[in-house]
Amino acid sequence: MSSPEVRTGQSPPLKAIPVRHPWRWVAVAVIAVLAAMLVNTLVFSTTVRGVQRQPRWQWSIVGHYLFSGPILRGLAVTLELTVVCMVIGVVLGTILAVMRLSPNPVVVGTSWLYVWFFRGTPVLLQIIFWYFMAYLYPTISVGIPFGPGFAHVHTTTVLGKFIAATLGLGLNEAAYMAEIVRAGIISVDEGQTEAASALGMRRVLIMRRIVIPQAMRVIIPPTGNETISMLKTTALASTIALTELLYAAQLIYSENYKTIPLLITAALWYLAVTSVLYVGQYYIERHYARGSSRSLPMTPIQRLRNLATLRREPNPAIDAILTSSAGREHR
Amino acid sequence: MSAAAGEALVRAEQVHKSFGPNEVLKGVDLDVNRGEVMCVIGPSGSGKTTLLRCINHLEKIDSGRLTVDGELVGYEQRGDKLYECTDREVAKMRASIGMVFQHFNLFPHMTALGNIVEAPVRVKKASKDEADDNGRRLLAQVGLEGREDAYPRQLSGGQQQRVAIARALAMEPKLMLFDEPTSALDPELVGDVLDVMRELATSGMTMFVVTHEMGFAREVGDKLVFMDGGVVVESGKPRDVITNPQHERTQSFLSKVL
Repeated sequence: MSSPEVRTGQSPPLKAIPVRHPWRWVAVAVIAVLAAMLVNTLVFSTTVRGVQRQPRWQWSIVGHYLFSGPILRGLAVTLELTVVCMVIGVVLGTILAVMRLSPNPVVVGTSWLYVWFFRGTPVLLQIIFWYFMAYLYPTISVGIPFGPGFAHVHTTTVLGKFIAATLGLGLNEAAYMAEIVRAGIISVDEGQTEAASALGMRRVLIMRRIVIPQAMRVIIPPTGNETISMLKTTALASTIALTELLYAAQLIYSENYKTIPLLITAALWYLAVTSVLYVGQYYIERHYARGSSRSLPMTPIQRLRNLATLRREPNPAIDAILTSSAGREHR
Repeated sequence: MSAAAGEALVRAEQVHKSFGPNEVLKGVDLDVNRGEVMCVIGPSGSGKTTLLRCINHLEKIDSGRLTVDGELVGYEQRGDKLYECTDREVAKMRASIGMVFQHFNLFPHMTALGNIVEAPVRVKKASKDEADDNGRRLLAQVGLEGREDAYPRQLSGGQQQRVAIARALAMEPKLMLFDEPTSALDPELVGDVLDVMRELATSGMTMFVVTHEMGFAREVGDKLVFMDGGVVVESGKPRDVITNPQHERTQSFLSKVL
């Protein structure tokens, strides 16, 4: 890109020289060497196992298992668990957050107690606890409190591995989501609630139409973070032998001892799903940015297209300086 | 239960209000008659904004009587007992009183038209089309024809305040409260907002305006009230109060602002 020429009154045109960045080239060189070393050890290096010399990272085994049935079924369970637990977390968390901000002190206390308990104990403990619930309550009945029950079921038939993991992860997540949603709600200016109540809107309507949509901008980024975290935390369900992605991999390597390649297989899937979640989060954030800035930021696709046509993004600040120094009024 | 023209729409009798140990209203008496424009002036901390907020129950009064259209604000009298109104009753009362804030308080995630039609559609259950038509008409009335799709942040302060006025008018209120509507505006934008308010006054709307705009108060106001220290110090015809203040505190305040 050539430097723009600036005319100032009668004096000869001046040439603007951009700042040079020599250290950038040093950084490029260092990183290039490190990257070459990484590629070499990942792809080309070998090691001796027993009597054989083998490729160090055994990518062929990874490739063999990446799309195998047990791994894909494990992935499906992981995804299902993530979605169900996040839905529980978001819904229950929102209820807890609204309870926490209620004028009723009993409701506030209940919400506080819930968050205190579920945030104060390890989620792994909670998962195992739910799994062993049948030990405490062999049967579950539905009926009048302290009165007769109408229906009875054995706890073990209801509370399987998947439900135990769901309850452990979901109820724990709700405690964290409650804090995130609460932070979002209190980030919305008090004047918004006042303006809405002055129009005759009532509490629930104000929450739903005015406060929550604005709180979303604060709630979405940490919720995306929580979702990614949840995806990985579901691996804890392997401790109660639920065949999610990690446990599926463990089952295979416990037989064939290809531990590292199978862990890599699982890791690649976790990374793949995380990447998809990144994209999803970006577009959700963009949706809730409505009205928050004068124009929406470009999507990556729009940005690529812009780059492809090699058009300089207009920079109003620089344009203003250049044109005003040329002696013209410009804003 | 509407009273005859000329009768008090808002009546305050010995209204008291404290925030903790700080008594902000120390027995306020005033009447706003139907169709009248009342301007309230006074130094900051004099309680004028608190009084305005009490009228639509954004603040609860501690003692005294405050009525709008003959009905107690926030309470219902049965026999010799006062029963606090429920959420629903307070909301219903507020729906008939428009309020315009110093900092506009438009909903930033909704367009100008979205802001205006929100309450008619959700509270009054008006049809979307009807509310949209009415909203466009109101936007034109405040001089913002064709800006219905603009978000508040894309509008200047003066334009935002005019949308806020249109939003309040969309509920067809019997009373409009203005809380220093031009104080947060750049000087060159004040005129447009005052023009809209002047037009509204001409149309016969009952208005309660807390303001620092002496020109507006003198020209448009039917009554001017000077508040200081939580009480009404002086009131009367705006021209009289401004040009010939009786009370020493009024004189010293006016000498500073004029």
